[in-house]
Amino acid sequence: MTRKFPKITVWRVIFAAIMLSGLYATYLRVFYGLGGSTNLSDKFPWGLWIGFDVMCGVGLAAGGFTLVAIVHIFRIERYKPVLRPAILTAFLGYVLVVVGLLYDLGRPDRLWHPLVMWNPRSVMFEVAWCVTLYTTVLFLEFLPVVFEKFGWHKPLEWIHRISVPLMILGVLLSTLHQSSLGSLFLIVPEKLYPLWYTPILPLLFYISSIAVGLAMTIFESWHSSRAFGRALELPLLASMGRVLAVVLSVYLWIRFLDMSHRHVFGLLALNRVETWLFALEIALMLVPALLLYQARVRLRPGALYACAVMVVFGFIANRLNVGTTGLEAGSGTHYIPRWSEVAVTLSIVAAGFAIFRAIAQYFPIFEAHSLEQAPAEMEETEADAVAVG
Amino acid sequence: MPKAILYDSTLCIGCRACEGGCAERWGLPYNDKIAAEETISAHKLTTVETHGDKFSRRLCMNCAQPACASVCPVGALQKTALGPVVYDASKCMGCRYCMQACPFQVPTYEWSSRLPKMRKCDMCYERQSAGKVTACAEACPVGATKNGDRDALVAEARQRLAEKPDQYYQKIYGISEVGGTSVLYISAVPFEQIGLRTNVPQEPLPETTWRVLELVPDVVSTGSVLLGGIWWITNRRAEVAKKEGRRR
Ligand code: SF4
Ligand code: SF4
Ligand code: SF4
Repeated sequence: MTRKFPKITVWRVIFAAIMLSGLYATYLRVFYGLGGSTNLSDKFPWGLWIGFDVMCGVGLAAGGFTLVAIVHIFRIERYKPVLRPAILTAFLGYVLVVVGLLYDLGRPDRLWHPLVMWNPRSVMFEVAWCVTLYTTVLFLEFLPVVFEKFGWHKPLEWIHRISVPLMILGVLLSTLHQSSLGSLFLIVPEKLYPLWYTPILPLLFYISSIAVGLAMTIFESWHSSRAFGRALELPLLASMGRVLAVVLSVYLWIRFLDMSHRHVFGLLALNRVETWLFALEIALMLVPALLLYQARVRLRPGALYACAVMVVFGFIANRLNVGTTGLEAGSGTHYIPRWSEVAVTLSIVAAGFAIFRAIAQYFPIFEAHSLEQAPAEMEETEADAVAVG
Repeated sequence: MPKAILYDSTLCIGCRACEGGCAERWGLPYNDKIAAEETISAHKLTTVETHGDKFSRRLCMNCAQPACASVCPVGALQKTALGPVVYDASKCMGCRYCMQACPFQVPTYEWSSRLPKMRKCDMCYERQSAGKVTACAEACPVGATKNGDRDALVAEARQRLAEKPDQYYQKIYGISEVGGTSVLYISAVPFEQIGLRTNVPQEPLPETTWRVLELVPDVVSTGSVLLGGIWWITNRRAEVAKKEGRRR
């Protein structure tokens, strides 16, 4: 933050306020421990920092592996223009997840312990390893941008040579830990509310991470096009909206099947807070899924953006339900995050936006390949408006 | 020969001597104020709960297949052959997954400490290794808390139920709960009436996550072949399509 004195705008004031409150919350966390900075308790050991910073953070960064798979493994090259922003988001996302963990761990100085002290039976051990390795992979995937910026051709070539195995590794690691975040909760069958507890949690987490990865890509393309005054790659994003609709439909259908096999629809008749949260979460996935089947919606930037935002919020609602609210009844307590927990979370998100912006200004994130293929594909997306009835 | 604790709620007089013995063994403060707390916490690893005219102890069940030990990413918790589930504070990173995973909500945390530890009863591991009984069993004046070989204690519990069928609810808590625990309860009333969780699964919990973790090698191997294969096909196609040789 050592720029020349920036102009004061509403957003900057809000940003500064958030960061200041985060700073004070950090002071509380460091000097008064988790007890002095959170509302966690023996009966409710995980709160917002796990439910949002970690579980949502990792998921929202899923665009990285989704697009790498699409562009480099399935070779659907027209998605290339949004690949780099997605990788950057993913990398930043994971770094911020680690920052969140430093707040949440009782002993942040021992963050590295799982790397040397093994317990292969632990899901969290697996997640720790995957996240570490995948963050490294993302860093390497992002390096070419840095090399290009400074015109270092030797390392650029070198990294291209290992890029394919690297990408496959990245997709595999993501598959493992995106799903494993769901497996974390398999061990609490009697605590997690039955609308969410299911043996297929890992599968559901995996599919929804792909959905939110796509949604985040649309989301950030829209924002960056405004921030940097670029033209929106609308046909591209519209076709991504189409993929998103299908992924969401598959996700919702699997959830429906799972619930009917477990005979839990009766729970929806209960007037409980869980029922409403569940309804909210499903609505935030179902509505955009239905809307995105319509070309009208996909080809209107505002509408497409709104759908992406809904999916992102639906995803966040789901992760928070599984990670916090769905556990309250089973744990016999109530949990409302303390202001300092919220402040830290907001600061991390705000820092994420700011850093993304800064990097995008100085490095060739958006220029590369932006005009390569898009025009050729344009009619394709607009043509078949009635793909699914 | 695994050890166990048999707690007989019908014999317990609520004197809280077990709490005092426990505090002394851990070197924790113990006074009237702490005695009045009826929840376990980082400064009170066992407690006696009052349920009307009945009493019920709370302590780590030292499960046969402990969820806490299975989830700990750094292996700070270990099940010993002797029975106790022991904790190595020097490994613990404070992720608190053990607390989340424990079906009995036993592990507690030193929330206000700057270098906090998890805290739970370890069934006096070092005492039992040396052939002594646990501090709580030693302190109990009436034999409501008894420590010994698990098989012998199960047999004894069965005998008590058989001898006085009208005084006991005819079940032993801890035989099959979460696959068996080292702490066994018998009582005059159904267990939920003395605050025990009766909705816990009857199978070991580590199975629930292991079923998925087991698949990791399969996912990795199949995934690499599949992704590598797809790349190989699409790459070939791309190379044929544009013959310029340079990609990216
Ligand atoms: S009762 Fe909880 S803390 Fe104790 S051994 Fe069982 S799972 Fe672990
Ligand atoms: S809090 Fe400590 S003992 Fe508990 S699971 Fe985490 S690392 Fe293991
Ligand atoms: S010492 Fe024995 S009688 Fe006294 S409270 Fe403990 S278990 Fe009950």
